[in-house]
Amino acid sequence: MLRAVVTLVFVVIFNFFLFRMLPGDPIGLYTRGRNQDAEQLLELRRALNKPLLEQFLTYIRNPFDQAIDSTRFSRPVWEMIGERVWPTILLLGTAIVVASLVGIWIGIRAGWKPGGRFDRMSTGATLMLYSMPEFWLGMMLLIVFSVGAFGIPGFFPVGGMSTPGVDTSTPLGWLNVLWHLVLPCTTLILIYLADYALVMRASLIDERKQEYLTLARAKGLRDAVVRKRHAVPNALLPTITLIFLSLGFVVTGAITVETVFSWPGLGLLTYEALRGPDIPLLQAIFLMFSIAVIVANLIAELLYVTFDPRVRS
Amino acid sequence: MSVASQRRRMAFARFSTGFRHDRAGMAGLAILAVFVATAILAPILIPESALDVTKATGGRLDSPSWSYPLGTDESGRSMLLLLAWGTRISLTVGLAATVISVVIGTLFGIMAGHFRGFGGHALVGVTDWFLVIPFLPLAIVLATVLGPSTMNLIIVIGITSWAGTARLIRAQTLSIEGRPYLERSRALGAGNWHQMTRHVLPNVFPLVLANTTLTVAIVILSETTLSFLGLGDPLAPSWGSLLDRAFSSGAVSSGAWWYVLPPGICVVLVVLAFTLVGRATERIVDPGRAS
Repeated sequence: MLRAVVTLVFVVIFNFFLFRMLPGDPIGLYTRGRNQDAEQLLELRRALNKPLLEQFLTYIRNPFDQAIDSTRFSRPVWEMIGERVWPTILLLGTAIVVASLVGIWIGIRAGWKPGGRFDRMSTGATLMLYSMPEFWLGMMLLIVFSVGAFGIPGFFPVGGMSTPGVDTSTPLGWLNVLWHLVLPCTTLILIYLADYALVMRASLIDERKQEYLTLARAKGLRDAVVRKRHAVPNALLPTITLIFLSLGFVVTGAITVETVFSWPGLGLLTYEALRGPDIPLLQAIFLMFSIAVIVANLIAELLYVTFDPRVRS
Repeated sequence: MSVASQRRRMAFARFSTGFRHDRAGMAGLAILAVFVATAILAPILIPESALDVTKATGGRLDSPSWSYPLGTDESGRSMLLLLAWGTRISLTVGLAATVISVVIGTLFGIMAGHFRGFGGHALVGVTDWFLVIPFLPLAIVLATVLGPSTMNLIIVIGITSWAGTARLIRAQTLSIEGRPYLERSRALGAGNWHQMTRHVLPNVFPLVLANTTLTVAIVILSETTLSFLGLGDPLAPSWGSLLDRAFSSGAVSSGAWWYVLPPGICVVLVVLAFTLVGRATERIVDPGRAS
């Protein structure tokens, strides 16, 4: 808990000083690629001319201040992030749940008989998926299933979260969102499940060496029972912990895949902030993602302590 | 000294015999040989004018034909030639960033394992911080501040991807630090520098080697991702920036699969090849870890 707080404090400090440490004209950095009127420039100059310590204290007192405006959209950055959080949670949540279920299932089948036919095929496939840039997979799915290529007619939408003009609060609207969700979600599921399957496989192979499995077999239990009742529950814990620990990796996928499918979440917002570049927005997004990952790490640690009595010493 | 060098030569011979018997590793090595040859020969076989937009001869987003085996991009340049040049840039960035990452990682790992007390704790803290912070947001923030160029891309990837190596090397260093010969050398008055470079480093080196090949794989993926987001040199046609231009020039919505498919396949092949070589190396130098 203390470590998480310390990590977070360093994120805030890093976040503040990084953009001020570098040589060059800070005003240029804040206004690159845009024309601003003299009044705004003066205001910015006044804010940036305050003593560094004063600026830092203002920032660290409340990094979530509603007064922090985006330079590109001229709106409070945290308001924009608040709007964009839910689409990301919908996309990532669905993808993580499906990918972990399928990935764990593949991992169990492959890891129980390492070197077998299923293992060789699935490990080959997962290694291949693991080597893929997720946005590339997304672009290919988009070309094949949405634009239509290689004789397959395009069926899915090219991007966005719903068809413009459709009311998303009705059941028909939900279906429309679901229809838009299919391709980006499939992309992420394929990429994530490769990771989860490899972890589950390795974890089960480790567990197979344990002596209590020999005992279970000696008792005369069937192979399926040994696997389901004895090996898998123990192998599951490190895997689930790693799923939480891998949120940093999940975030990477979200940024690029949301960009490819114009899914209006935090990832697409990151891409929009980059085009500016919109420094206050980037800072806020960085803080937001870091908090998410730190919290996920904390949950992973707590899970381990709660469910594994061996580490509770 | 001659005894040590003889032993090293024997260890290397054992390693290469072991590697030659590893089919997956050899397959990876063969793929890499093709790409490295392409990267080296690209400037000799392909004139730089092939990359010049003003001298492009093809049409806009032409589909594959005899004169353009992989079609053309949005300004009429041959995709095949762009791809060959891209190999050069992607591999260069990948290898250079890996060197930075592995050097920092090994240095931090050995020092964090060797020094006890405040210094060691501080190093572990820094490593943990870099492990926790999500890679892409951190890289984006750094790359934005530094500005888009190939050199900055290398630096950004190098300093965001060393933490995993450091953790691995630290664990190994800790296990070596407990061995009697280090106690002996300390008793004979060896300083920190001598202990770290003469005793710890040679022992962690095989692990560094295996880790390096796996790091290259991750680093090349990172390069592709960052270039795709427009954080690389916009003029250098790396695989990632080819995909970036495919995306922003509307190749996806016009179904120009020949613009998107080949760069991705190259990335997959190279990353897979490095992963296979890395896993094979790991199986040989550290049989306990690999499963």
